[in-house]
Amino acid sequence: MSDIPAETPAEDSGAERLAEDSSASAILPLDGSAAESLPVAEPVKTATIQKIFLVFLVIGGISFGGGVVAYLRSYLVTNYKWINDETFIELLAISQSLPGLNATNMAVLIGDRLQGKTGAAVALIGMCLPGASMMLAVGMLYSLLHHNYLIQSVLHSVAAAAIGLVLATTLQLGKKSVKQPWDFLVVGLGVLGINVLHQMVPFVLLGVGTVSVFPHRPRKQKKESTP
Amino acid sequence: MNKRSLITSALVLASLVGVVLIIRQASDLAVLGDLAKVFGYISLLTIGGGMAAFPELKALTVEHHHWLTAHQLIHLYSVGQMAPGPNMMMVVSVGNMVAGFPGALVSGLAFFIPTAILTFVVGRLWNSMVDNPWRGSLQRGLAPVSVGLLLAGCITIGLAVLTDWIAIVECVVVFGLLLRTKINPALLILIAAILGYARFYILGPLPKIP
Repeated sequence: MSDIPAETPAEDSGAERLAEDSSASAILPLDGSAAESLPVAEPVKTATIQKIFLVFLVIGGISFGGGVVAYLRSYLVTNYKWINDETFIELLAISQSLPGLNATNMAVLIGDRLQGKTGAAVALIGMCLPGASMMLAVGMLYSLLHHNYLIQSVLHSVAAAAIGLVLATTLQLGKKSVKQPWDFLVVGLGVLGINVLHQMVPFVLLGVGTVSVFPHRPRKQKKESTP
Repeated sequence: MNKRSLITSALVLASLVGVVLIIRQASDLAVLGDLAKVFGYISLLTIGGGMAAFPELKALTVEHHHWLTAHQLIHLYSVGQMAPGPNMMMVVSVGNMVAGFPGALVSGLAFFIPTAILTFVVGRLWNSMVDNPWRGSLQRGLAPVSVGLLLAGCITIGLAVLTDWIAIVECVVVFGLLLRTKINPALLILIAAILGYARFYILGPLPKIP
């Protein structure tokens, strides 16, 4: 099939076949102006408010069991190419050093980069809506059923598994950031403050935080060294 | 009127309707205020992850306000780990248990909005802070602190849940599988639920009733 008679109505059968094959976007490259018709070539322009909302809604709805950051990366960096990997890593670093969950912090930061305030708002709402609806339903069911021995047995078992899950996540995080003896001491102090001395989290955060940041404080000329 | 301002005004309208709904439905506005305070405060402690704030969440909801028992809180937290999206959506369940739908709405907004605004503002200022030497120091120094807080949260829950051999084995197996394989955690939690179901029919109710 040649591309010359693409504009003439003589090619009805071919156009029909393509239309049946897939969506309209598959037909577009047959046009003379191929550069304009490829949607992937213009990355950020495809990130309209509606699309941002939909993509975050999908991620917020399918990321069962956590791992939202991995979903975000494969959708936004690999598939849609809305942001590049360097930006993604940088935004992740901001997310991790601020209060708030990574999932929602990333939604706000990426949404803002793509479409400003409105983008950030719709990304946040899309990310939260599916999980919130589900947990609202769970809360309603649980209010009715929490005296049931069977439900208690099921949830006791689920809780045991959840601890294993969070421990594994913590260990993976620790592998990256807990390396020097001082870091291990900081982790130990945190556990001591909360589990043994039963101090409030903000006090532990402030106290242990100061101890931890101290050896990394900005200094002139000197290289970072172990205390 | 362009699309963007339409969406923004729709969002504002929706939140206004939400507030009106709350005021009409809520039997006790003081409880909603408490929920907003507790979850707004808790959200500021979730550095590194939701688990970091768990000990404080337990102290406030269980020991201070008596909204629910420690085991109920742990149950909701654990189910929340399976749900998609942010892994602390259980605040919505807690809010619902305390004050129905308005409670759920207030808890969710109080938990997610303040940190979202903070992140938004810092995200915009971030580039101007590139040259500030304290940025790297704080980032490097706070990372092990958040690991310590996460671990402390795990211990708080572990002390309450890992009271029998079956639970301990389950926890260890899940931990090992997640480190060794790429299996979806939600699947493991689902299997754990089935095991808990089977356990009830084989061994009967749990020895210690929460």
